[in-house]
Amino acid sequence: MNFDLSADQEDLRDGIRALCAGRFTSERVRLGFDQEMHKELSDAGVFSLRTDGFSWADSSIAFQELGRVLVPGPLVWTHLANGAAGCEGIVTGVESWPDQSEAVASGEHRVMVEFGAQADTVLGLSNEGVVCFDAEAVRRAPQIDWPLDPLTPVSVLDKFPVGELFLGPDAAAQWRLGGAVLTSAYQVGMAQACVEIATSYALARDQFDRPIGSFQAIKHLLADMAVRAEVARAAVDAAAVTLDDLLTQDSAILSEVVRPVAGARVLAGEAALANAKGSLQVHGGMGFTWEMDVHLYLKRAWMLNTVFGTPTQHADFLAATLTTTSS
Amino acid sequence: MDLRYSESDELFRDELRVWLKSALLSLGPVPQREDWDERVRFDTEWQKKLFDAGYAGMNWPREYGGRDASPSEQMIFLEETTRARAPYVGVNFVGTLHAGPTLVAEGTDKQKAEHLPRILSGEEIWCQCFSEPGAGSDLAGLSTRAVRDGDDYIVSGRKTWCSFGHVGEFGELLVRTDPNARKHRGITWLILPMNLPGIEVRPIETLLGSSEFCEVFLDDVRVPAENRVGEENDGWRVTNVTLAFERGTAFVTEMIDALQMAEDLAPSVVDKSERRELAHVVAELDALWALTKRNVSQAAQRGAPGPGAMMLKLAYSQVRERLGEICMRVLDRRAFDIHDFLVEERLRTLSLPIAAGTSQIQRNIIGERLLNLPKERPWLLESK
Repeated sequence: MNFDLSADQEDLRDGIRALCAGRFTSERVRLGFDQEMHKELSDAGVFSLRTDGFSWADSSIAFQELGRVLVPGPLVWTHLANGAAGCEGIVTGVESWPDQSEAVASGEHRVMVEFGAQADTVLGLSNEGVVCFDAEAVRRAPQIDWPLDPLTPVSVLDKFPVGELFLGPDAAAQWRLGGAVLTSAYQVGMAQACVEIATSYALARDQFDRPIGSFQAIKHLLADMAVRAEVARAAVDAAAVTLDDLLTQDSAILSEVVRPVAGARVLAGEAALANAKGSLQVHGGMGFTWEMDVHLYLKRAWMLNTVFGTPTQHADFLAATLTTTSS
Repeated sequence: MDLRYSESDELFRDELRVWLKSALLSLGPVPQREDWDERVRFDTEWQKKLFDAGYAGMNWPREYGGRDASPSEQMIFLEETTRARAPYVGVNFVGTLHAGPTLVAEGTDKQKAEHLPRILSGEEIWCQCFSEPGAGSDLAGLSTRAVRDGDDYIVSGRKTWCSFGHVGEFGELLVRTDPNARKHRGITWLILPMNLPGIEVRPIETLLGSSEFCEVFLDDVRVPAENRVGEENDGWRVTNVTLAFERGTAFVTEMIDALQMAEDLAPSVVDKSERRELAHVVAELDALWALTKRNVSQAAQRGAPGPGAMMLKLAYSQVRERLGEICMRVLDRRAFDIHDFLVEERLRTLSLPIAAGTSQIQRNIIGERLLNLPKERPWLLESK
C-alpha cells in the first residue's frame, strides 16, 4: 500500500496542468467547446489514456486537472468510448430515454443531450448494454437557446431515435462506474480551483483597511472549502484505484466497487457545488457578475450532478450496500 | 497510488487476527465508566498484552520497544483491532498518542530510555497539563510560572482539562519561563511527576456525570530541570509537535470505530432520507480513512504528512456530530437511558469539536498555515 501519487502520476498531473495553463485559459474556455479543442485534447492523449495503458487512477488525475480550468466538452463520454468500434470523433450520451411506446403513452418524452449538435456519435446506457443512436437525428435537433451553463450547449429531442445495442450489460455497468469516477474527478478539480480562486480574491480584496481573508468569517469559509475538496479528492482517488484493482476481474466483484464509487460521487458532487457557492460568497457582488468565472463553476456543478447517477442516487446505492453486508 | 496489501502484509494480518482472538478471550469484561481502579487495571493489562506480543507503538522506533512498522502494517493493525473490537487505548491515550510521540521526537536519550518503554508496556500512565482557566484556545497565553532555582524549576499555577489527571503518574506540563518575552517565546515543556509535593488534583464532573478531566493545582512544586523537553523557552515549538500528533493521528482509532458504529447502525435505519444521511456519513468516514492512508504514506515517503493531516480532526469532528444525531433519532425514546452505549457516545463526542483545539481554531490553522491567509489581529502577536 502506498496511497501517495507515484512519480509518474505527478508527471502526468503536471503535464496536463501545463497543457491547461497553455491552451485552456479562461478566455479560450469561455468560447466553448469546438472541433479544435477536441483535436487538441485528443492529440494530448486525454481520451486514449486507458487504451494507451494508463489506469483509471491516472485518468482520474487527468480529469481533476481538466476540471480545475473547466475545460468544456463531452469529455467523459468521449473518454469512455475510446477504442470501442464505431465510436469515432466527439462522443456524447444519455443515461435514460423513453422507449417509443412509453413515450407515446405518457406524453412526456423530451430528452436533453449535452453537446448533441456537435457529436459524431451518440450513445446510451441501459440495463441491456451500451446503445448507439442515429447521431444525425440528434445533430438536427433544436438546441436550448440559453442553456443554464453557457459552456454546455444542450439539444432537445421530442422524439428519441431507436438505438442499436452494441456492447453488453457488463460493459454498460463498467461505463456507469467509470463515468461516475471521472465525473467526480472533474468535480474535485473544480472544487479545488474554487478554493484557490476564492483564496486569491480574499488576499487581494481589501475592506476595513485589510485583506478580507484575514477575517475569520471569510477564513473559516475558505478552510471548510479546502477540507471539502481534500476529503473528496481522497474519496475519488480511492474509488479510481479500486476500479483498477477490481474492474478487470469478473463481474461478481463489481458489488465491492459500488461503495467507494458511490461515496466518491456523493462527496465530489457536494464539494463542487458547495465550493462554487462558497467562492461566490467570498467574491461578494463580483461573484454575481457574468465577468467573473465563479458562476461557470456553479452552473457546471449543477449540470454534472445530473450525470452518471446523481449524488442522491449514489447515496441510495451506498445505503443498499450497508444493509447487504450488515444483515 | 496503490491500496493493495502485499502477501507479507496479509501474513501479518493473519498472525494478528489469530493473536487478537486469543488475547481478547483472556480479557475480562469492560469496566464501568466511573470505576477508575478497574479502568486503569483493564487498560493497563491490554497495553501490556500488546507490548508483550510486539504490537505496542506500531510506528515507534524499535530501540524504545516500538515496532517500526511499515505504513501497510500500521493500517492493518488499525483495521484488525477495530474489526475484533479490541479495547480502546483508554488511560494510555496521553502516553501512547501524545506525550510518547513528543518524547520520541524531542526527548533526550535519558528521557526516552526512562519513559518510552514503560509507556508502551502500560507501566506508566500520563496525563495532560496544558490548558489553564485563562488559556484555552489561546493556549500560548498560559500563565503557570516556572522559576529556575539551582537544578530545579519551582512551578506555581493552575491547570485545567487535564485528561486522566487523577490516574496519571506523569504529566506533560507547559509553563512560562520568560514572562518578558512575546507569549509564544517564553514557554517551556516539562515532564511533571505527579507525586511531587505541592500538587493537588481535583476531578471535574463533565456533562456525562463522570470525571474524565481534572484540575491540577501547583503550589511551589520543585520539578528537576533535567525533566525539561527541548530547550528553555522553546516549549511552544515542542507543543506544536505534540499537537500535530494529536490532530493527525490520535483520532484515527476512534474514526474507524465510528465507521464500525455506522455499519452496525445501518439495519436499524429504515427511513429513506435517514438512510441517505447515513450513507453520506459512511462516504465521509471512508474518505477520511483513505485520507489517513495518504497521510501515513506521505509521512513514510516524504518525512511529513501532507495537508490532509491538518484537516483530519476537523473533518472527523463534523462527521461524528452527524452520526451522533442519527443515533439519537434511531434510538428515539430508548435514548432516555444514559447507560446505552450509543447515548454515552453521543454525549462523549460533544467534546470532539472542542478538545485538542476547537473546530474554530482548526479552521484558523488551515486558513493561515495551508491557505496562507493573514492573521485576523496581527498586532496581538506583537504584544505579550
